[in-house]
Amino acid sequence: MGGKVLLANVDIPGIRGFDTYRAHGGYIAVEKALREMTATEVSLEVHKSGLRGRGGAGFPTGLKWSFLDRKSDKPRYLVCNADESEPGTFKDRYLMHHLPHLLLEGLIISSYALGVETCYIYIRGEFKYLVGVLEKAIKEAYQHGFLGERILGTGFSLKIYVHPGAGAYICGEETALLESLEGKRGNPRIKPPFPAFKGLYGCPTVVNNVETLAAVGPIINMGGEAYAKIGRGRSTGTKLISACGHINNPGVYEIEMGLPVEDFIYAPRYCGGIANDKLLKAVIPGGSSVPILPADLILNTAQGEQRLMTFESLAEGDFESGTMLGSGGFIVLDEDACIVRNTLNLTRFYRHESCGQCSPCREGTGWMEKVLHRIEHGEGKMSDIDLLVRVAKNIEGNTICPLGDAAAWPVASAIRHFRREFVYHVKFPEVVKNIDHGAIQSDTELLIPDSGTGIKYW
Amino acid sequence: MIKVTIDNIPVEVEDGTTILQAARKIGGKVVPPAMCYYTNLKGSGGKCRTCLVKVAQSSVKDPRPMAKLVASCSTPVQDGMVVQNLTSPEVVEARKGVVEFLLLNHPLDCPVCDQAGECDLQDLSFGYGMEETATEEERREFPVKDIGENIQLHMNRCILCYRCVYVADQLTDKRLHGILYRGDVSEISTFISNSVTNDFSGNMIDVCPVGALTDKTFRFKSRVWFLKPMNAHRSCSTCTGKVTAWMFGNEIYRVTGRKDRFGEVEEFICNECRYEKKTLNDWEIEGPRRIKRQSVISANHYEEMKKQSVIKPIEGLMEPPE
Ligand SMILES: Cc1cc2nc3c(=O)[nH]c(=O)nc-3n(C[C@H](O)[C@H](O)[C@H](O)COP(=O)(O)O)c2cc1C
Ligand code: SF4
Ligand code: SF4
Ligand code: FES
Repeated sequence: MGGKVLLANVDIPGIRGFDTYRAHGGYIAVEKALREMTATEVSLEVHKSGLRGRGGAGFPTGLKWSFLDRKSDKPRYLVCNADESEPGTFKDRYLMHHLPHLLLEGLIISSYALGVETCYIYIRGEFKYLVGVLEKAIKEAYQHGFLGERILGTGFSLKIYVHPGAGAYICGEETALLESLEGKRGNPRIKPPFPAFKGLYGCPTVVNNVETLAAVGPIINMGGEAYAKIGRGRSTGTKLISACGHINNPGVYEIEMGLPVEDFIYAPRYCGGIANDKLLKAVIPGGSSVPILPADLILNTAQGEQRLMTFESLAEGDFESGTMLGSGGFIVLDEDACIVRNTLNLTRFYRHESCGQCSPCREGTGWMEKVLHRIEHGEGKMSDIDLLVRVAKNIEGNTICPLGDAAAWPVASAIRHFRREFVYHVKFPEVVKNIDHGAIQSDTELLIPDSGTGIKYW
Repeated sequence: MIKVTIDNIPVEVEDGTTILQAARKIGGKVVPPAMCYYTNLKGSGGKCRTCLVKVAQSSVKDPRPMAKLVASCSTPVQDGMVVQNLTSPEVVEARKGVVEFLLLNHPLDCPVCDQAGECDLQDLSFGYGMEETATEEERREFPVKDIGENIQLHMNRCILCYRCVYVADQLTDKRLHGILYRGDVSEISTFISNSVTNDFSGNMIDVCPVGALTDKTFRFKSRVWFLKPMNAHRSCSTCTGKVTAWMFGNEIYRVTGRKDRFGEVEEFICNECRYEKKTLNDWEIEGPRRIKRQSVISANHYEEMKKQSVIKPIEGLMEPPE
């Protein structure tokens, strides 16, 4: 299976069990790292690979590891962030479900590199069925001497625990996660201090996403430099994309970074085009928090360059005309989708998930939801649209954690790119009350012409 | 010592000081309003976002500005840091936004609220808020609750600053009080309707910046501006016994901790002093206590009230420190 790094073996029957996994090259990376490499060498390979965090922010993993306070005499912790609750993102679930041992390999090698002896997997509460899958895999790893005391006869020991959350999106934010893991209310902490210095129980801690850590095994196997050759520019390697919405083939795909967005949407081996022969209207490419882009801007940048699936290309144009790769939750909306309703839905989510600690997010998310609810239900005013823009602006950047931004961006970008649709809702309340799809597709004046790429879209 | 500049005024402070504390050292207009931070409560701050300031230069070593506005109460200063409070239009705008958020669900029932006249939210909205309200949404409502014999909770007025939670956590031995639920339906509550009875629980009333937690022994007795705040003390085995007695003629209407010019109590007092000692015989009266509030009182003298707006960046001092 060309180009696949994480999911290369996912189709092999029984790969979830230790024996099959081992028979297909499993745990060779652990052996290599622990027997042939020093901790520093492992970190160096990860650094060379150019691996960037897959949890949303894209922070270079090697750099993050280098911040870990190694002078402290306290124990260090590695925490695997498996809280995956962002609407549209379901790649970690897939990975853990099918390849639990790949994750464990990554955890063992990373712990070795970081000098960690206790590692936690903080898993979303709703993924209860995966707790058993992971615990079974952990048990198998203990039985075969890859976990526990003095692994492979080296001086390195490691324990891994699985800790389910209680169903709060905010516990995916790394410091809220640590609070929750400590048994407290999952409120994000005020930073600094960063977890690298004061994390779990006040000890130096690294928090990484499931996919990030799962990539560490393959990186050790192939070498950091080889991994860095996959992908494009500073977006190295492959990325799991969970595609959903109005497409023919929803699912989880592993793509090489640098794949054109257009190919990802239309190629039969990926999304396979828009379902029911409809036209593409908009895409939210990185999980619900990232700005929505209309069809023309997601396929090509404002400068007319083809948009690629990389951190850089998707961000091209900043907030004016760009978006973000985020966590890779790729949500596709067809011509019938109602942007106002979609935005309302997302805002409702953020309001529900705000921890309520800081005033802009606690009050602002609720306010935006109420205003959007009015507009969607034909009771909006023209001034409401600018009000939304203002509220979003007052939240953005002024909060403790990025959930505030995550709530503000969808609203701000929807209005930036689809203002006419909001205006339509205000102007024709009777029409929007009686239909449950995108309100203005019948208004020919508002159609965006085919830009000549050969693909018809709105 | 570390040198920082706030609104063009230089000040020297110790390493580890926060921007807010450095500004308080200067005093006057450069001090950002703080609704959740409380010096004596460990871990407090960072939540209300009224104290946001702009860092135009991070330090001597790293002269870049910080990307976002930062909470001055929880950001430590660095050598050579340049901070803008009222000299930054961005800060004034953001603060306006925060005030608007804090008032969004506030019932504005000042006419029937015991806190009126000594309420940080009144001062804040007067000093930094907007003239009109943009919201037409319904405000959220909670029933009024008693939490213990002497404290009444009006959750509608609460701004979720968490100060009372830190009091419960740090001053009382059994914590029965905390925050339930999340987001904009969060509420202050006690563990399965338990009463809050610990010796120091009454301090929640003093730290509460609004009228969410009020003293039931003082309920509807008088508007605070009709009372004279007097420093008083007694020998007490539980606390230092140093309080402010609020008097009308020779009667003591209520007893609170002594608040400094930033509205923070100097020493926490015990419940016996607060609720049970209300006659002149109980106290040695020292003399009147000067109270500076924008909104109202200072022993019946209204202090100058002024709307804060952006100050043009000027050379030198903006205003002599207090
Ligand atoms: C509101 C919020 C929710 C988040 N949820 C997740 C999550 O479910 N999974 C995740 O890996 N990272 C999540 N993050 C990002 C984490 O805070 C953190 O950046 C990430 O786990 C770091 O791992 P990485 O460097 O490997 O990406 C979330 C962040 C925020 C602000
Ligand atoms: S931004 Fe929202 S979720 Fe994050 S700390 Fe503030 S209130 Fe909580
Ligand atoms: S009750 Fe008062 S002190 Fe407690 S969180 Fe609310 S506003 Fe703050
Ligand atoms: S006082 Fe700083 S955020 Fe509240």
